[in-house]
Amino acid sequence: MAAINRDDVAHLARLAHIEMSAEELDRMAGELAVIVDSVKSVSEAAGDDVPATSHPIPLSNVFREDVVGHTFTAEQALSGAPDAAEDRFKVPAILDED
Amino acid sequence: MSTDTILSFEEAMEKYDPVLGFEVHVELNTKTKMFSSAPNVFGDEPNTNVNEVDLGLPGVLPVVNKAAVESSIKIGLALNCKIAESCRFARKNYFYPDTPKNFQTSQYDEPIAYDGYLDIELEDGTVFRVEIERAHMEEDAGKLTHMGGAAGRIQGADYSLVDYNRAGVPLVEIVTKPIQGAGSRAPELAKAYVSAIREIVKNLGVSDARMERGNVRCDANVSLRPHGQERFGIRSETKNVNSLRAVEHAVRYEIQRHAAVLDSGQPVIQETRHWHEDTRTTTSGRAKSDADDYRYFPEPDLVPVVASREWVEELRATLPEPPAERRKRLKEAWGYSDLEFRDVVNAGVMDSIEETVAAGASASAARKWWMGEIVGRAKTADVDPAELGVSPQTIVELNGLVEEGKINNKMASQVLDGVLAGEGTPAEIVEKRGLAVVSDDGPLLEAIDAALAAQPDVAEKIRGGKVQAIGAIVGGVMKATRGQADAGRVRELILEKLGVEG
Amino acid sequence: MSELTSNELIRLSAAALAAKLRAGEVTSVEVTQAHLDRIAAVDGQVNAFLHVNAEEALAVAAEVDAIRAAGGAAAEELHELAGVPIAVKDLIVTIGQPTTAGSKILEGWHSPYDATVIKKLRAAKMPILGKTNLDEFAMGSSTEHSAYGPTRNPWDLERIPGGSGGGSAAAVAAFEAPLALGTDTGGSIRQPGAVTGTVGVKPTYGAVSRYGAIAMASSLDQIGPVSRTVLDSALLQEVIGGHDPFDSTSLTDSFDNLVEAARTGNVQGMKIGIIKELHGEGYQAGVENRFNESLELLKEAGAEIVEVSCPNLKYALGAYYLIMPSEVSSNLAKFDGVRFGLRVLPKEGPMTIERVMAATRAAGFGDEVKRRIILGTYALSAGYYDAYYGSAQKVRTLIQRDFDAAFAQADVLISPTAPTTAFKLGEKLDDPLAMYLNDVATIPANMAGIPGLSLPGGLADEDGLPVGIQLLAPAREDARLYRVGAVLEALLEEKWGGPLLAQAPSLVEPVETLVETHGGSK
Repeated sequence: MAAINRDDVAHLARLAHIEMSAEELDRMAGELAVIVDSVKSVSEAAGDDVPATSHPIPLSNVFREDVVGHTFTAEQALSGAPDAAEDRFKVPAILDED
Repeated sequence: MSTDTILSFEEAMEKYDPVLGFEVHVELNTKTKMFSSAPNVFGDEPNTNVNEVDLGLPGVLPVVNKAAVESSIKIGLALNCKIAESCRFARKNYFYPDTPKNFQTSQYDEPIAYDGYLDIELEDGTVFRVEIERAHMEEDAGKLTHMGGAAGRIQGADYSLVDYNRAGVPLVEIVTKPIQGAGSRAPELAKAYVSAIREIVKNLGVSDARMERGNVRCDANVSLRPHGQERFGIRSETKNVNSLRAVEHAVRYEIQRHAAVLDSGQPVIQETRHWHEDTRTTTSGRAKSDADDYRYFPEPDLVPVVASREWVEELRATLPEPPAERRKRLKEAWGYSDLEFRDVVNAGVMDSIEETVAAGASASAARKWWMGEIVGRAKTADVDPAELGVSPQTIVELNGLVEEGKINNKMASQVLDGVLAGEGTPAEIVEKRGLAVVSDDGPLLEAIDAALAAQPDVAEKIRGGKVQAIGAIVGGVMKATRGQADAGRVRELILEKLGVEG
Repeated sequence: MSELTSNELIRLSAAALAAKLRAGEVTSVEVTQAHLDRIAAVDGQVNAFLHVNAEEALAVAAEVDAIRAAGGAAAEELHELAGVPIAVKDLIVTIGQPTTAGSKILEGWHSPYDATVIKKLRAAKMPILGKTNLDEFAMGSSTEHSAYGPTRNPWDLERIPGGSGGGSAAAVAAFEAPLALGTDTGGSIRQPGAVTGTVGVKPTYGAVSRYGAIAMASSLDQIGPVSRTVLDSALLQEVIGGHDPFDSTSLTDSFDNLVEAARTGNVQGMKIGIIKELHGEGYQAGVENRFNESLELLKEAGAEIVEVSCPNLKYALGAYYLIMPSEVSSNLAKFDGVRFGLRVLPKEGPMTIERVMAATRAAGFGDEVKRRIILGTYALSAGYYDAYYGSAQKVRTLIQRDFDAAFAQADVLISPTAPTTAFKLGEKLDDPLAMYLNDVATIPANMAGIPGLSLPGGLADEDGLPVGIQLLAPAREDARLYRVGAVLEALLEEKWGGPLLAQAPSLVEPVETLVETHGGSK
């Protein structure tokens, strides 16, 4: 498995929306390389015949009936908002359109 | 905004073969959201149809809406899909302020429905089979309003406002396999396909299917390849093409644009395109990038959905007749011509006519009323004909009054206006407005005598066998009775009086 | 008529307090006030609490006292633990108090809803003393990663109280609360329990609702009790447990046999399995000694000690450090400065939402949180998923199979809870890997979803610090932990001549204020 380098960390930080200084990128790359190295044995531990377990206790079909429950008022909804206007959450301009 | 060069559609078709693909998002009309018990309602005050789950507050967990799962299975069945014995939800990770958790709970490698098809009938009756890759469950995002820029556009906006009322509304995303072989009919097929999806989900009762409200939204993929080439070209994905007409136009435009790019020797860029209804063009959105690394993984807060065969069959048994089959059946039952039936369908009054026939009207009378009287009024009022406020019972009653000779067609039209104005039932309005056809022959005969006396030459012509001249006398009588007479009865009486066979 | 000093009151177990409250020997206001006084006296040194909820706690206490004083049906219907105060890890959301998760990014945030476990505490009328310190978003094994300063170990204020739930464990060890709630993703209840000489239980995954516990790693997280006795943990788990329709992973099984199991503990004829891979090399000598001592006591009490092997546990730590950060990277994406919490504007450049999110997360998250988010983003990214996340999920299957095989040979399994006693503050802060190794014995239970209990096993010879003994049971068999735990606890306390915590430093000179008790008074 490829070692993790500074450019990788910069890419991952972009994906994760965390601003990082050059110094942080360097430090993080070093630390992550050690951690990634220590966990690499995992990829060889199990063969193709071993199924993956994503839930420790298997359950299925846990549903909710389609019945309306509680709602917030706009005031409650916005109570923790860093910024709001016109009963809506206010955010700076979105450049990356989609 | 750059303007792209385009080729004429005909030239594009001469050189290239289009391959289409669609991702249609259908908003389900469940009472509550996909993963929370907040109401799924359109148009309420901002941020009031939300609770902690929809806002993605710290500590919240999702719980799947059973009705949404059942609706999704029904859609899968109606699209002739296989229903997965077991499927899971997955998280699609990306940051965007309309996405409260910064991931969308969706399905990835295990959609609830897969491998289906839909037979699409084009206007001339050609049937084209579109293969369905999958239909999967997911949640909608909130609504962003861009402020301060030009006309609510994102470009140049100062800031944006977010309303999470729509966040968490259940969606089913229907994805086609690549659609090949449509040729020059590709734009028409695109429109017909989306129309068919809309009709199916509406018929199933699982979605309000109102495109203007975003209940059905279409992303259209287009690529071109030279005739005879097996390999697909590079595609563009035009997002949020949200009317049937726009789907047709957008596909046509993209075919023309791709053709021009390929003609110039350039490669098509794999990118998102935005549709602009005003200019009927697309503009470049975002190129495919590493930001599209969505890091899907199984949603650990939800457990698998296991659709037992019994459950699936129970749901299958509740499915209504498919729209295409229903149309075929109704057309035959009503005895309409192809043209008549197509007009009825296009005017959106097929359901209303069916109800009117069920209420006791003949198929031809029902058509006459809906197409002749109601569609025009609905257009003026800018509503769907069915929502104008005329019930099938009203039409049966009105038609009965005319057939019984109590009122004539002209009066019936006035009575309909009265019904729409809320003045009461047709009988009440006839009464109130004093519209009844003069049925006592006495006053009529007087008026006929007067009309004959006033035009002796015409009377002579009729006596001589020129029955078509009778119109002038009838007109005189109608004038004298201010239109209250039954013209048919007047005619009969004139002929009787003059001793002429009608 | 008896009189208790407040210093005596705070040393009582929850079960004993509950009995005295029911008997009318003491009021809930007195009990609650005694703990609030203790917090005021020692928390400056311990820093177990991030927020003290005195007013509301006393109001609930007064309400319980009033109901009890009025008598009748309402008094009869009071929950067994009504009026017994409790501390809550600050990862669990509460109306009326801030919830920070130990992070700057949530500083000052108030939840508009209660976690399910909080609703249950309120229904039982247990006064909530306040919110306890933790490693930021529960990521750490020392509570040093809290944005609000480390919690200190009451046994030695220069040492760590374990983590992430160091605040809850230290509060209970320092007699600031008789009970506390913790959360355990890889050992965050049990390892602090071990190093502070307290009892901590990670229930079966799904036995306690996670609704309102700020998610770290959804498939591993579990809320559980922290206490000074095995019986107290059983009492508390019965309060907070049970099916919750707001948590899709919540079990419908009934877990109402825990208190009975703790009260009727018996190991006669039981098979107790030593996990070969979870002791010996890498474990401190004093830890091993206490562990062996416990085995001897259990044997004397009639248990059969067998050795089992779980060979795939060698992959558990690695697999954990792929699954956990992967889920973390997604669960923590919501902290973006849009809907709640901190918003930080970029110092320079264009003011776009993307840059505001990135600046907010850069300023709001500490290093360990960032490290795990980046690691998880990596493990899930295109091209790596199968090798990392996918393989780790397969290892989970192997670990479950190992446990299945082990439980075919033994009724419960036993190991030291942590490889060492409490280390010094700062000792492992710059070495993430060394820090991660603290959880080597606790992580397997989270990976397999099985329940685990840590109880005090004595003091290590070389440093005089507490050692934890861990018991593991099959999924849904939480009662077995309490049955065996209560027996071992009784045997050890008999040997020590009282609770282990009686040997802990007092932190302050006892204040001998007499508390008038009301029991039997006319």
